[in-house]
Amino acid sequence: MSEEIYLMKGNEAIAHAAIRIGVDGYFGYPITPQSEIIETLMAEAPWTTTGMVVMQAESETASINMVYGGAGCGKMVMTSSSSTGMSLMQEGVSFLAGGNLPCLLINVMRGGPGLGTIQPSQSDYFQTVKGGGHGDYKMITLAPASVQEMADFVDLGFELAFKYSTPATILADGVIGQMMEKVKLPEFRRRRTEKEIREQCPWATLGKPADRKPNVITTLQLDSAVMEKCNLDLQAKYKEIEANEIRYQEIDCEDIDYLIVAFGSAARISQKAIELARAEGIKVGVLRPITLWPFPTKIIKEYASKVKGILTVEMNAGQMVEDVRLSVNGQVPVEHFGRLGGIIPTPNEVVVALKEKMGC
Amino acid sequence: MVNEIIIAGFGGQGVLSMGKILAYSGLMEGKEVSWFPSYGPEQRGGTANVTVILSDNTISSPIVSEYDIAIILNQPSLDKFESQVKPGGILLYDPEGIPRAPKRTDISVYKIEAMATASELKNQKAFNMFVLGGLLKVCPIVTLEHVMMGLKKSLPERHHSMLPMNEQAILKGMEIVEEMNKSAS
Repeated sequence: MSEEIYLMKGNEAIAHAAIRIGVDGYFGYPITPQSEIIETLMAEAPWTTTGMVVMQAESETASINMVYGGAGCGKMVMTSSSSTGMSLMQEGVSFLAGGNLPCLLINVMRGGPGLGTIQPSQSDYFQTVKGGGHGDYKMITLAPASVQEMADFVDLGFELAFKYSTPATILADGVIGQMMEKVKLPEFRRRRTEKEIREQCPWATLGKPADRKPNVITTLQLDSAVMEKCNLDLQAKYKEIEANEIRYQEIDCEDIDYLIVAFGSAARISQKAIELARAEGIKVGVLRPITLWPFPTKIIKEYASKVKGILTVEMNAGQMVEDVRLSVNGQVPVEHFGRLGGIIPTPNEVVVALKEKMGC
Repeated sequence: MVNEIIIAGFGGQGVLSMGKILAYSGLMEGKEVSWFPSYGPEQRGGTANVTVILSDNTISSPIVSEYDIAIILNQPSLDKFESQVKPGGILLYDPEGIPRAPKRTDISVYKIEAMATASELKNQKAFNMFVLGGLLKVCPIVTLEHVMMGLKKSLPERHHSMLPMNEQAILKGMEIVEEMNKSAS
């Protein structure tokens, strides 16, 4: 980590982090509220320094297929968009998952459905975590709650994507993308050489040497027995990810009567809300899932035996609440509070919801 | 010490950049800072506001329900944010385009005729610096020295020749701000 402290937007932090950790290529199409990612990359012109390719594609569909091509070559490639643009990419996302290809996707969510609004939202939880594309696949999903995490999760996202050879998504929202905070950026790392990529990614389609068979990346298996094997292999990989990669943060969770579960900016707002609630004598803490998949089921189940009720705070109509209910399995009441369509809940609203829905 | 500040007005008034300068000034003082903008798809003419938080400790939420300081530059913003100032807090407003003045008596209200001064001095660009000067006079949350350092950081280098003009405007703002109501607390 570089010692210098910068003040920048979450979107800008993503762009700077990508250049610094040696990403090979970014392909994207501008859309509010995440256009600063491509804007910053273009301004920094990393093709003149690290050799990173930055390309404005003709559409989101083109971007994700460029990512597919780059990922197939074992390169560190990424794209970013916001909600409606991510919908356009979902066919490609399914192909990347089916093809076991590592890449980083970034969704800085805005309100939907349809074109919706340019204001912040968290309504793509289902799309990202439950599979927006077709087929039995899972998506490693990281939910940053600060500008620092926007920078850090670029590196972490690629690390996990390459470790398991599967796509990873940073699921941010317009608040985290647009806000400025202090941030330390990662140290500069050079891009991997082709030799290093061949060693690390023996499956990469970088050209066939004489001493091995051609590498083939395909998602088409017309023989059902072969296809079932592909699916079982995927599921085995997902089990391993679920066993090893769950991340979460507990905030003021010692000796609590109530628990708020919230991710991203809703977790920040909830953190302020529990400060206000504690001043009124309500013992409440926040559990912030950092990985939305794999979901921190076990720790939430543990809290279910300690608290009187759980409230999820989400900028959507109630999506993550389903996973919390599954974790708790009816042991305590689980309620949801959310604002929709680009409205950001205030800490006071969260306190009011806590009292009304939890009866505290 | 925490200062939760809202700056609200029309797009094009320099609302977001004033917030940015405050945030950078806080950075120069070694404080924790957050800057969160809110504006419509049209940046000029639409309403725009920014929440700036300067704190000695980690900032939990960049979005808050109530503010210590509200800087209000148009009527819709006054209508929206006057009730959200904490009791004992500060409201600073420019009466230009605000026919209905603030009514709260439990907060300190200050008026700054920044738009009128900008017109008089034929220096529209200095408008938000007058306002910033007014704020620093009534509530010195950051030092002028750190503001100038922050300004230098937040302005692109090609505009650094404007720094002395900005400093003059801040000093002018400190002169023209007027107290309208003093909160009892």
